[in-house]
Amino acid sequence: MKSDMARKRAYKIVSVVILVVLAFLFLFPLYWIVIGAFKTGKEINATTPVWFPSEWVLDNFSRLFSRRTAPLFSLFGIEGPTVPAAIRWLLNTVFMAVMAMVLTCITAAMAGYALAKKRFHGRAILFSLIVCAMALPKQVILIPLLKEMDFLGLYDNIWAVIFPTVGWPFGVFLMKQFSEGIPDEILEAARIDGASEAKTFTTIVVPMVKPGIGALAIFTFINSWNDYFMQLIMLASGSNFTISLGIATMQAETSIDMGMLMAGAALAALPIIIVFLIFQKYFTQGITMGAVKG
Amino acid sequence: MARQNQSAMSRALVRRETISAYLFLLPSLVFFVGFVIIPMMICIFNSFTDATMNAKTATSFVAFSNYQKLMGDATFLQALRNTFVIVLVSVPTVCAFSLWVSSAIYKLRGPVLSAFRCIFYLPVVTGSVAVTVVWKWMYNNYTGVFNYVLKDVLGVIDKNINWLGDERFALWCIILILFTTSVGQPIVLYVSALGNVDHSLVEAAQVDGATDFQVFWKIKWPQMMPTTLYILVITTINSFQCFALIQLLTSGGSGTNTVMYYIYYTAFKLTEQAGHFGYANAMGVVLAIFIAILSAVQFKLAKEK
Repeated sequence: MKSDMARKRAYKIVSVVILVVLAFLFLFPLYWIVIGAFKTGKEINATTPVWFPSEWVLDNFSRLFSRRTAPLFSLFGIEGPTVPAAIRWLLNTVFMAVMAMVLTCITAAMAGYALAKKRFHGRAILFSLIVCAMALPKQVILIPLLKEMDFLGLYDNIWAVIFPTVGWPFGVFLMKQFSEGIPDEILEAARIDGASEAKTFTTIVVPMVKPGIGALAIFTFINSWNDYFMQLIMLASGSNFTISLGIATMQAETSIDMGMLMAGAALAALPIIIVFLIFQKYFTQGITMGAVKG
Repeated sequence: MARQNQSAMSRALVRRETISAYLFLLPSLVFFVGFVIIPMMICIFNSFTDATMNAKTATSFVAFSNYQKLMGDATFLQALRNTFVIVLVSVPTVCAFSLWVSSAIYKLRGPVLSAFRCIFYLPVVTGSVAVTVVWKWMYNNYTGVFNYVLKDVLGVIDKNINWLGDERFALWCIILILFTTSVGQPIVLYVSALGNVDHSLVEAAQVDGATDFQVFWKIKWPQMMPTTLYILVITTINSFQCFALIQLLTSGGSGTNTVMYYIYYTAFKLTEQAGHFGYANAMGVVLAIFIAILSAVQFKLAKEK
């Protein structure tokens, strides 16, 4: 019995040690991006890696910023002041992710509520269509999607990236899961009190599915930020790029200037990591809820 | 009379419910139908035509000839083989690894648990472009950490290896990156599934003298089956769609071409038949069919258990 306990304890210690080592390995690429962004050219090109920079410099960022420029914004034919393209790319990315998030949350909350709480003709068919669409690879439809966007005059427009993200049915599925938790009696009571459908939805349903909306919001924001393939296909001109696409393009142009690429990677990754760390509680919840009955 | 009234009323009620339900669904349906269902239809339809990027040239119906051509296309077959290698290697390792990590961390104290969960999720959040850019540097022939650690620290190799340019290693290098960016979600899911396992059953088994291994295999594992199934399906889909890594690291060279990359290449890059959408769409359909079959098989296996 005693040796059994000892063996258990030994296993526990070994597994914690392995976990810590793994955690360091998983963190290493991120660490390498961040310190690489601030290293001098000499330390970046050293054949013996410099694990911690002896001198922190901003050269990499200044090369990144001076390499390409773009107007800060272009709205209705008016162009903003010229700024480093990376700044414009960040603005584009934030705009894209926020719009995708807001539209997805609104449409999915409404649709999820209807699917969970209303009995209507075509409900079963619609729901199985949604589940099937979710299981199919999203990227397979990107080429016809490009043709469609071209037809709609949206090619090389940030909305061409936003709309398909909103259309992806995961959000509806997630919100249906959350809406099922609303007690029928409350909805019934509201109806008897003569509340309109719109009023019931905004004053009763929305407050009750708030955690679901939070989870979906953060989930959509991060996914949209990182959906590189869609951005690659839909966007063509330098001033419409997102930050990921911009960095990827720079990488194709110059794979030698590692310092500048690390500065770019840091710029693309750090904002989204911060957002993730702030909202990770909701995020975890969203992932888990999406899987229930998945 | 009363009954007739009632049924008329309930019919009116049903109609009202249906109308209001569709009003709630409308905004979502516009996007879903417009940007998911319609492109899917176009994809299937175009796979039977010789559609190209150039809208002006007439498109003609070619029946199954795109599919027939695929079967004889050596590049496609190699891409298909690579895709299957990626899926067959990464899916089981991702599942096993995330299950082990989750069972090692799920009993830890709250903050420690979420710290570990975060760390394993970070490569996903970092985004494929930033991740590939840094890994490309780490794999670099002269300044990469891999060659330094393996040659100068561990002495496993005696000469620098051109990781991404060597056919023997390139695909495995990509699988390694894919692995680090795939385990985040399964770990989150397994941690929550392990937390939801019925504890009274576990305790009862322990009182009866079951070993930890028995408890895991006979009680926890069956209860986590739905989670495992979901993880299998999403990991399979993700591995099938491996694209950014290929495009940014090797552009399909050194024997790393995958179906997803070849679709992109055919539609946008191939010089002699640039923008061959019909052919690319046929590949997309084939890929979708493979994913559907694999998902169905996984579902069936899980049901039988």
